[in-house]
Parts: sequence; C-alpha cells; structure tokens
Amino acid sequence: MAAPTLARAPQRTAKPQKHSVDHPSRLRRRIRENLTAYAFLGAGLICFALFSWYPIVRGILLGFQQVTFARPSTWVGWENYQRLFDDPLFATAWKNTGYFTLLALVFGFVAPFATAVVLNEFRHARSYLRMTVYLPVMLPPIVTMLLWRWFYDPGPGLFNNVLEMFHLPAQQWLESENLAMVSLVLVSTWANMGTTTLIYLAALGSIPGELYEAAELDGASIRQRLWHVTIPQTRFILMITLLLQIIGTMQVFVEPYVLTGGGPNDATVTVLLLLYRYAFVYNDFGMASAMSTVLFIVLGLFAAVYLRLTRSKG
Amino acid sequence: MAGIQSRRRLIAAGIACALSAGLVACSSETTGVGKDGVVTITVNGMPPKTQPVDHKYFVEDIKAFEKAHPKIRIDAREGQMDPKTFSAKLAGGQLEDVYYVYFTDPSGLIQRGQGADISKYVKDMPYYDQIKKDYLKVFTGPDGGLYGLPNGQYSLGLVYNRALFKKAGLDPDKPPTTWDEVRAAAKKISALGDGTVGYADYSKNNQGGWHYTAWVYSMGGDIAVKEQGRWKAAFNSDAGRKALQMLHDMRWTDNTMGTRQLLQIEDVQKMMGAGKLGMYMAGPDNIPTIVKQFEREYEDYGVAGMPNDNATLGGGSGFMFNPKASPEKIKAGIEWLQWKYLNPDRTEFEDKRASSNDVPIGLPLDRLLTGGAAAKQDAAHRTYANVPQGNYKPFIERNAQLEQKVEPPNAQQIYTVLDGLMQAVLTKKDANIDQLLADAAKKVDGILATVK
Repeated sequence: MAAPTLARAPQRTAKPQKHSVDHPSRLRRRIRENLTAYAFLGAGLICFALFSWYPIVRGILLGFQQVTFARPSTWVGWENYQRLFDDPLFATAWKNTGYFTLLALVFGFVAPFATAVVLNEFRHARSYLRMTVYLPVMLPPIVTMLLWRWFYDPGPGLFNNVLEMFHLPAQQWLESENLAMVSLVLVSTWANMGTTTLIYLAALGSIPGELYEAAELDGASIRQRLWHVTIPQTRFILMITLLLQIIGTMQVFVEPYVLTGGGPNDATVTVLLLLYRYAFVYNDFGMASAMSTVLFIVLGLFAAVYLRLTRSKG
Repeated sequence: MAGIQSRRRLIAAGIACALSAGLVACSSETTGVGKDGVVTITVNGMPPKTQPVDHKYFVEDIKAFEKAHPKIRIDAREGQMDPKTFSAKLAGGQLEDVYYVYFTDPSGLIQRGQGADISKYVKDMPYYDQIKKDYLKVFTGPDGGLYGLPNGQYSLGLVYNRALFKKAGLDPDKPPTTWDEVRAAAKKISALGDGTVGYADYSKNNQGGWHYTAWVYSMGGDIAVKEQGRWKAAFNSDAGRKALQMLHDMRWTDNTMGTRQLLQIEDVQKMMGAGKLGMYMAGPDNIPTIVKQFEREYEDYGVAGMPNDNATLGGGSGFMFNPKASPEKIKAGIEWLQWKYLNPDRTEFEDKRASSNDVPIGLPLDRLLTGGAAAKQDAAHRTYANVPQGNYKPFIERNAQLEQKVEPPNAQQIYTVLDGLMQAVLTKKDANIDQLLADAAKKVDGILATVK
C-alpha cells in the first residue's frame, strides 16, 4: 500500500517546483497582455466600491450609531433596532407594504400579461397600441400623481363623476381606510404596467409559431392554447417579473407620499415612507439606517431567489 | 529610473502641497477671519429671485449692513430650514453659519448638538432685553444655554372670506368668537352650495397635528405637560375630546367641511383663493399668500381671533448657528441678525420702502419686541400701513386677551401621531374618539420619554 504513495510523491512535489519557476513570469506576461482590460475593470470596481458598496456598508454601520453629523457618531449597539421594533408604526408599515405588494401583484401582474396577450393578437396598429400602453411610463411620477389626485377627488373628480352618471354612490377613494391602498395600487399599476407589458410582448414574440399551429391542428381552443402553449413558454419570464415586481413594489414611496401622506389613520404608511420620516422629518439617521438594513435583508432574500433562478436558466 | 524617481518626487510634492493648502484652507475656514481682519459668514433666508422685490431688498440690506460693518462680509444663500437637506449639508460642511429654523425645530437640534451655544455673545446685543422671553425660551436648551434668536412670530386665528360671509347673511365685521359660532357660520356658508365649504382643516404631513394642537389649546387643554421633570401627553382630556368631537360633528353631522379630506396648507389656500371656502385656522401671514397667488384683493379677507377664550398657538421662526462656527463668526452673525431682523431703528425705513412697492404693511403679526422697541415699530407700521387694518380688528382685539402657547417638544414627531387623530375623525364616520385619544396618548408618551 505504501509503494504507490511513494511513487506519486515526486510527481506531486515536482509540479509546484515547476510552477514556482514559470508562474511569475507567465503571470506578469498575462497581466501585461491584459493591462487595458484590468484598467477598465479596475475603474468599474472603484466606481462600484465608491458609489454602491461603500454606502451600503456605511448604511449598515449607521444603524448601530447615534448620528448627528455635528459631533462624531457614537456606537449604541442594537438600540436603534430595539427602538425600531418598539415603534408600533414599524409593524403597521410592514403590514401595509405587504398588503400593497399583494395587491400590486394581483393587479400589476395579471393586467400587463393580459394586455400583452391581447396586443399580441393585433395584426394592425401594433406599434401605435404598444406606444399607447407605454405612454404612462414616460410621464414624470409627480405628474401622474397629480393627475390621479384629480381622478380621485371626491368632489369634482373624474371617477366619482362617472359613478354619478351611472347613479352609483360616490366613493372616498383616498379618504377611506379600506379603499386608500387599493387606490394607490391602481395608480402604481397604471403608471408602471407599460414596461412589464413590453417584456411580456417580447416573450410572447419569441414563442415559435409552430407550437400554435400544431395546437390549432389538434383543435385547441384559444383558452387551451393560452394554457398549454403561452403560459408554459413564458413561465420563466413570468417568474422573473414576479420577483422583480415584489422587489419593486416593496419599495413603494411616491404614491403614499404624494397622495395620502400615509393616511388615513396610517392605512398607507409604507416601509419607505416611515424610513423617510425617520431620516428627513425626525432627522434620526440611526433609526432610518436600521430600518433600511432590515429592508435590505428582506429584499436581499428576494434578490437571491432571482439570481438563483436566472443562473439556473443560464 | 531617474525620470521615474523625479516624477514620484513631483507627485509627492504635489500631494504635500495639496494637503498643506487644504490645512491652510481648513484653518482659515475655522475662524472665518481673513488676513484683512474681515469675517465672512454664510447666512440663509435670502428670498429667491422669483420674489424680485423681496430679493432686491435683501441684497440692498446686505450692502447697507456691510457698509456699516466693514469687518463683516455676508455670503447670502436662498432657502430656509429644509429637514430633507439639513443633515446632508451639516455632514458635508455645507450648512450655513447662520441658518433659518421654525419654532418646531430648535429643541431637537439643540438635543442633537446641531446648534452652537450663543449665550455669552448676546449680552451686549442692542434690544436683547426687549425680546419677548417666551420666544427666547424656544431657543433655550436644557442646559440653560441660548442657541438662537427669533426673527418672526405669528399666532393662529381664523382667516375668513368676507364676501362669502356677506353672501351667507353673516356680518363680516363680527366673525365667530366661539367654536359653536364657527359651526353655525359654517352651516350658513355651506348652504350657499356650488361646492362651497364652510370650514376646512388640515390632516396631512404633520399639519393636521399642528392644527389639532391649536384646537386643543383653544379648548383650554394642553398637548404635553411637564410633571416632576418628565414630559407626558395631556390631550387625552376633555379639551382633546371636545376638539375631536367638534371636528367630527362638523364633518359628518353638519357636512360643512367638504368631502375631500387629507388636506394640507396649499389645498386649503387654493380653496380660499378660489372663493370656495368660508373659514380656516391660520395666521394673518396667510392672507398675502392667497392674495398674491390667486390675484385676489386684501379687502376680501379678514382675520379673527382664535375661538373661545382660552389660548392660541404661537409659532414662528428664527436663526440658529452652525455648531462648527467660530466665535468670530457667531459674533458677526448676531450682529447681522440684530441689524436685519430685531432692529426698531430701521423699521420706519423698511416700512416706507415696502409700502411704496405694494408689499403688505400693517398685517397683525405679533411682535417679537416689547417696551420702547415695540412702540417704535408700531408707530412706523401705523404710518405706512397699506392693507385694510379694519379687517383685522377682530383678531387684534381678541388675540391680546388670549394666552400664547408655543408648540410641544419633539413637535414634528408628535404631530405625526396627531395627524392620525384628525384623519380619523374627518374620514371615519364611526370613529371611536376615546379609543383614538388613548392610543395616540400612549404613542406620544413614548416620544416624550426621549425629551431631555
């Protein structure tokens, strides 16, 4: 049993010796040959480190400090997190954000897919229709919010006037605790569905036509073609947009900030709105950073799933 | 090699130069005193160029000040206290040496060490002993130090539309003096129809909390009280309950507050400017905003004192000092503030200049100064008044009788909670007022526990 081991031993030692002689020069040569590439890579890395990684690390550290910017920050351990979890609005904000995300998925996930399927069937005026669907994305968010504020106005607002035309009771779109969040989701869906619709349209366009032809020859109905061809063929894209949508909608801010200010009765206080209040209303950057770290971790989990999915597909 | 070495030396020398230049710059930044003995201070509060007359006056004032004080240079910036940028400016060394604040801000800023103690520099300041003590209290820290100076003050009353009063059969010269009278007047104004709202109030972005505070004061209550050295919520009381009940009744029983809620100051001013609102709670300084923005006439608007005979909320603004400012800069800053904002010797000149350019003079804004200084200012205001002072008589007569109460500590955080109370009664017909008050008081107790 000992002989083979001894026989292999010189080979093992010989290899590193060869490396130690040849490797440095080869490495130097390789570096020289790729110097330009490394320079580009280095510039990119420096930019990332400076503008992406450093703020993240600094943000996490601030969560453990009392920050005033007037004097050096002091370490307070987990105090900010403790205060955060003691704040009754913290739980409310997460609950509201979860509710918004859920509603946004119901509206924002189904509506663009349905729109894309319908648009895909059109043979004429395709570009025009696509542009029409994408138009709201091009509006600045504040314009969108002000427009919808008028839609929702309980007095001269568009929606209540339409309801009145059909002799239906007027609604307190933003003033009712039950309706406010749904109203915000509608704004968000309208404003953002153009992008998702275009992604779905691209996915639908990549489905081989033969599949539909074969299905048609087999006598499949529209519903069956949708169920057995379209959805399986776009499953991966659907999954990716679902995750991206979760990540995006959990960061909802502009809608509640402009339209409701978190009201009525805290019904639309979201995580980002509360974070904003800590940072820019109360000037408590320690608390705001602690809260952003919690949000970072939660979103990080979804991002990890996203990466895993895209990697496995790749 | 020699070339590389000399290049390295050159780089090293360059870095050394840059560092030393930076140090020199830092040292001059520390004192702010140039070689010629001139102190340069940065100040904000300069009106933007979109307000050409105010901007022009400010620039003129700087020139006049610098002429009178050759050893001080003013580097003026537009803008006032903006919590969104304040910390970033402070962290980045961009915060002005003398910066504008509202009365809600000083307690928090002092607690966080974001203002400089100016106590020892104000002793010889002209008219210092004639500044109202209540307003100096706003800038006094828990250590007894003074951290700023006031420059403007208001107290809340009722701004009302005189034309709508007449149309509704109400006497515009005898506006309501109790909340019951406000309620009755609101009913008559709302009865005019065509979307006219009798009374409107804020309930969003902390402005609801601010107004609820004024409501509670006017009902004879308090938002927070200090007992045995500790602050406690005090609005879960008869006064707090009455205020919410009155708002609830006006909104849901009388339907005199309109259907649209979650309003803030701009929304209500717009309603008033459009001639669709009868009354709202505000300081007299709201009137020029409405007149200018919506091209209305001063004659259309009156201001009444806060209803009931208890108290009104007094707020205002002032200036604090960058904690990193040198003693020389602080001294120069105090000279500027006194000369520009707390100077009865310049009031006549300012009023004369302003009245000739259609800038309102004679609005019933409260006085920062007392005694001889106040008398001097009053005389000038009387001479150059260009707004209908009779319209403000109800405010002037009643306001003097009311106790002026300032905002509670950690006001902005408390107002966030109190916003919820306003929103609840204005958006929920079945709001449980007792439960709302108990929950809000618990939250506010938590906020007040951090006050030193």
